[in-house]
Amino acid sequence: MLTRNRLLAGTAALVAASLATLGLAGPAAAQAPIKIGELNSYKVFPAFLEPYKKGIELAVEEVNAAGGVLGRKIEVVSRDDNGNPGDAVRVAEELLSREGAAFLIGTFPSNVGLAVADFAKQRKVLFIAAEPLTDKIVWDSGNAYTYRLRTSTYMQTAMLIPDAAKLKKKRWAIVYPNYEYGQSATAAFKKLLKEKQPDVEFVIEQAPPLGKIDAGAVAQALADAKPDAIFSSLFGPDLAKFVREGQQRGLFKGVEVFNLLAGEPEYLDPLKEEAPEGWYVTGYPWSEIKTPEHTKFLNAYQAKFKDYPRLGSVVGYATVMSAAEAIKKAGSLDQAKLVAAMSGLTLMTPFGMIQYRPIDHQSTMGAYVGRIGVKDGKGVMKDWRFVDGKDALPSDADVQKMRPKN
Amino acid sequence: MSSAVLQVEGLHKAFGGVQAVADVSFAVAAGEMLALIGPNGAGKSTCFNMLNGQLSPDAGIVRLEGRDIVGLRPRAIWRLGVGRTFQITATFASLSVRENVQMALYSHTGRLRSLVRRFGAAFRPEADALLEQVGMFDQADRVCGVLAYGDLKRVELAIALANQPRLLLMDEPTAGMAPKERVALMELTAQLARARNIAVLFTEHDMDVVFSQADRIIVLDRGQLIAGGTPEEVRSNPNVRAVYLGSVH
Amino acid sequence: MTFSSILIQLLNGLAAASSLFLVSAGLSLIFGVTRIVNFAHGSLYMLGLYGAYSLIELFGRTPLGFWSAVVLAALVVGLVGVLIELAVLRRIYRAPELFQLLATFAIVLIIKDIALFTWGAEDLVGPRAPGLSMAVEIMGKRVPAYDLLLIVIGPLVLAAIWLLLTRTRWGALVRAATQDREMVGALGVDQAKLFTSVFFVGAVLAGLGGALQIPREPANLELDLAVIADAFVVTVVGGLGSIGGAFLAAVIIGVAKAFCIGMGSVTWFGVEISFSKLTLVVEFLIMALVLVVRPYGLLGKPQAAQRVAAEPAPPFKVPSWGFALVWLALLVIVPWVTDRYAAILLTDIVCFALFSVSLHFIMGPAGMVSFGHAAYFGIGAYAAGLLLKRAGLPMEAALLIAPLIAGAFAIVYGWFCVRLSGVYLAMLTLAFAQISWSIVFQWDSVTGGSNGVFGVWPSPWLADKTVYYYLALALCGAGIAFLWRVMFSPFGYALRAGRDSPLRAEAIGIDLRRFQWAAFVLVGALAGLAGAVYAFSKGSISPSTISIAQSTDGLVMVLLGGVETLTGPVVGAAIFTWLRDVVARNTEFWRAVIGLVILLIVLLFPQGLVGGLKALVMRWREWPA
Repeated sequence: MLTRNRLLAGTAALVAASLATLGLAGPAAAQAPIKIGELNSYKVFPAFLEPYKKGIELAVEEVNAAGGVLGRKIEVVSRDDNGNPGDAVRVAEELLSREGAAFLIGTFPSNVGLAVADFAKQRKVLFIAAEPLTDKIVWDSGNAYTYRLRTSTYMQTAMLIPDAAKLKKKRWAIVYPNYEYGQSATAAFKKLLKEKQPDVEFVIEQAPPLGKIDAGAVAQALADAKPDAIFSSLFGPDLAKFVREGQQRGLFKGVEVFNLLAGEPEYLDPLKEEAPEGWYVTGYPWSEIKTPEHTKFLNAYQAKFKDYPRLGSVVGYATVMSAAEAIKKAGSLDQAKLVAAMSGLTLMTPFGMIQYRPIDHQSTMGAYVGRIGVKDGKGVMKDWRFVDGKDALPSDADVQKMRPKN
Repeated sequence: MSSAVLQVEGLHKAFGGVQAVADVSFAVAAGEMLALIGPNGAGKSTCFNMLNGQLSPDAGIVRLEGRDIVGLRPRAIWRLGVGRTFQITATFASLSVRENVQMALYSHTGRLRSLVRRFGAAFRPEADALLEQVGMFDQADRVCGVLAYGDLKRVELAIALANQPRLLLMDEPTAGMAPKERVALMELTAQLARARNIAVLFTEHDMDVVFSQADRIIVLDRGQLIAGGTPEEVRSNPNVRAVYLGSVH
Repeated sequence: MTFSSILIQLLNGLAAASSLFLVSAGLSLIFGVTRIVNFAHGSLYMLGLYGAYSLIELFGRTPLGFWSAVVLAALVVGLVGVLIELAVLRRIYRAPELFQLLATFAIVLIIKDIALFTWGAEDLVGPRAPGLSMAVEIMGKRVPAYDLLLIVIGPLVLAAIWLLLTRTRWGALVRAATQDREMVGALGVDQAKLFTSVFFVGAVLAGLGGALQIPREPANLELDLAVIADAFVVTVVGGLGSIGGAFLAAVIIGVAKAFCIGMGSVTWFGVEISFSKLTLVVEFLIMALVLVVRPYGLLGKPQAAQRVAAEPAPPFKVPSWGFALVWLALLVIVPWVTDRYAAILLTDIVCFALFSVSLHFIMGPAGMVSFGHAAYFGIGAYAAGLLLKRAGLPMEAALLIAPLIAGAFAIVYGWFCVRLSGVYLAMLTLAFAQISWSIVFQWDSVTGGSNGVFGVWPSPWLADKTVYYYLALALCGAGIAFLWRVMFSPFGYALRAGRDSPLRAEAIGIDLRRFQWAAFVLVGALAGLAGAVYAFSKGSISPSTISIAQSTDGLVMVLLGGVETLTGPVVGAAIFTWLRDVVARNTEFWRAVIGLVILLIVLLFPQGLVGGLKALVMRWREWPA
């Protein structure tokens, strides 16, 4: 029979056990794997981050199959930051102090990326920001400890500018999700296009809240402004709604549309046969890239996951590869050496060779620019070309002006 | 009439087109028990609510010891020395009996704003003395939410006495009580009123209570005063008989 | 705007209003009858969309397939609603007010992970309505035919609900229960059956609202929370329990949004105003305005006297000095015996503890539920950050001034809020929180916009995480102790008195609003202190500190621990924060796990954790040793 005393004893054991889990993780043995702390908003942006996680797994497997680094295997310890900078800083600290992670990688939304970057600076540890697009993370708010892999908002916008300027359209309408990414993309687009084409006019700007676009009303308002061309930085459900309403209302008839990111499988695939033909986009035409480095990645990915890679997969994969290369080059896990190793680090990724620029810690990873077409009831990118990231960055002088000295 | 504690003149109130109270005038003297009676819907509650500040009259004057109190909020009227009990008791259910009375004492002395003093410490003897008077001292530590209805009425009486009122307004003070309790409560009230020289105005359905406890009675029917005087006078008034016999009660 | 664009935007607004109305009508019905703040209503809407998507794939993209899928999806969602009612809510109707909110919050988490598991992470774009995929030309502009259909469906559903409510016995019961719940119980109606049926109808409406969006909205996992806030706003603006009011409010909000978009940027007196950006917050502005002018919404009536608690809330007990000292000692020792991270987690916990104790103070003793308590937490955090970064104040000064600024905002917000009561008051606090959030979110040059403020680190002597933890413990502990002390002061008693009986309070000369206002300011300042301490522990501040999610977390902490106990909110904050830390680390579907744990607590301890544990202790003493 369960008596009071027995229950008491059982509870005590349970409490002791949970205290033990709350307590110290044992100090890492010398030959234990090198832990890399990874945090991301898995539950908030699952469409992008599930493939990303797979990319990470693939890279870890490959690095370890090749013997690891510094004679040890690597292990990526992942945490969910809940899309919240406060939680992100907490789990970052947990990764460092409890898990004994050597340094940090990851993050998706700009505000989380910037918060962790600032934390890295304070804590004096290396942080490789995988995905945040914000320009600030390497420029206005750049710091010595933070590097960023993904092609930034500015770069992706700049990649679209040559096509936009070539069309010589005078009246432009702009629509963007109302937060930093959309604002920066818009500001960069207006500035860069104006430089190329001083007589350009921006006739209307619409800034719907992220994830809550009233697509019909927005499409109508844009149509009323009678633009020659549209620049959009919508993505996800907002993009799908905008495309459908715009098509039904005839908004895109005779109007050229430029849309950042819309060629990424994450956002293009859900549109299926309704993918808007002829739009100029940045993206990832995974099935058509024939470079050896991409083919190798694609085959390995498909063999492992029985699924095709998304852009997130490439980002996850390249992030871990960058981390591994940095450790190799540093030859130790000393933060100063790791940070120094990142500066100017070059490595091969599925998108070709990239370099982490010493001047602003931005990688030169490029992106694919092209137009949307529909093939077999699916959206694809056609007439695409690869733009190297280093060709889409502002001049060194401009970068130095933006980036604080430290 | 300068000795009247409460003086009401020409009170009017209409809701929409319906005249709820029309040209009602009366007065209550210190130490006097005045009963306001009338059939359902006669305008007793409307009348009451104009005296205690819940409603403002369309016309008329309400004087408390010579001072016009029309338009004042209930809390201001209380500060001038008017205690109230409600038809459906209103006490602080999560507070103990003693704390309910202490609350009124705190408010009376304007010391409720303190953030750090402990509430329970002050006014304990005063509260206990009041509870003793209404016969609730032995239940002082019980929470009001668990009290029997009759006991709550007594607590209300103690609360109403806390600011040393000149006037007590009691709306159906014995509603919901057993007949024996009713007389006991009103006897207690009358006794306290006389001892402290308080004017009491009450409405009541129980005619036994009214005729045994009131010094004077005024009768309201369809918004108008139709009679007034001592219990004997009212009992024999033909108008009153008509009203009460006409409406089955 | 030309006349034709005005007309078209009006149609757009009406189409949006129809979908808004369907969700809100269900919410309003459920709230009216059961008084449950059903957080999971948005999840039912989301299920409607996902369900319709799958059923259309199954039935085929024909008109028959489409419409039977829409109807069937709505009915299935109705059954999910019944399941929720039977399995969870029915067991806790007697729990303290708002406790059911905690259960529905848990259900939101569970449904979200179930949807992720079932339908995957990728957005699912459904087909256009077969036969209605074309556009109709109106004054030279094209309007999707489906939008026109939606414009008709809204009033049709309104009429159907109206007939149901006025022409059937069921409707009469629903109306009676909406006005006075006790009355229906007293009349001998089977309340349980009534509630279940109301839940079914409400859920069907939510599911239908979602399913009908299939041609307009991709099924995605963010829909639940996106919809629930809007639905609450519409319900409250219209007046709780008023279906006609919900329709009116949906039309006003839908049309207002469409016109904000239609007007775009306008320059008035040399100032450019972007109405398009206003869509971020316009419904909350409307709600604040309506509630200030009409405290019961457009068509609502003052609620029948708030539910009389079956048993009065037990009086709070002051924790003894010994009890407090033991805990304090433990909290001081922990960082010494464990690791650096324990101090960091505990810093979060003490910040949230003060946050939830301050919320509890206003909810419990003062009887004013706040759905927007994060406003003060966030304003405190921003004030601290901005004083440090923009005004160049020393960190210590910023930390101490920040609560005053949060308190100053509470002076303004509180002045309006104390004029309302019940859910209306709660929703007005939410409106103010959302307005604050949107200002912070938009005002890039000062607040850093959506990115927030960075480099908000403490002074060097506090840089060590353990030292900072002690500071946080001291400040937040002092704040909690102070609030507890105030609860037993004359001021605290006056608030409780006012909560128990506003009528009696007024009758003994208490100016209740003044006390409630002061209480608002007090808890605002202390929530601000929690926010400021939190900000410096993180080094950065983002708009999420003012978000609805932050406010909800506070509510969850208070309810989890138990509203009717003093230590409940502290325990709730600790458990919830700790749970998230541990569960999120170890599982993929951590949201569902947290939801299940909360649900378990809800069902086992309907008095909250601390209240439940106290009851257990009572039994313990009677148990054979």
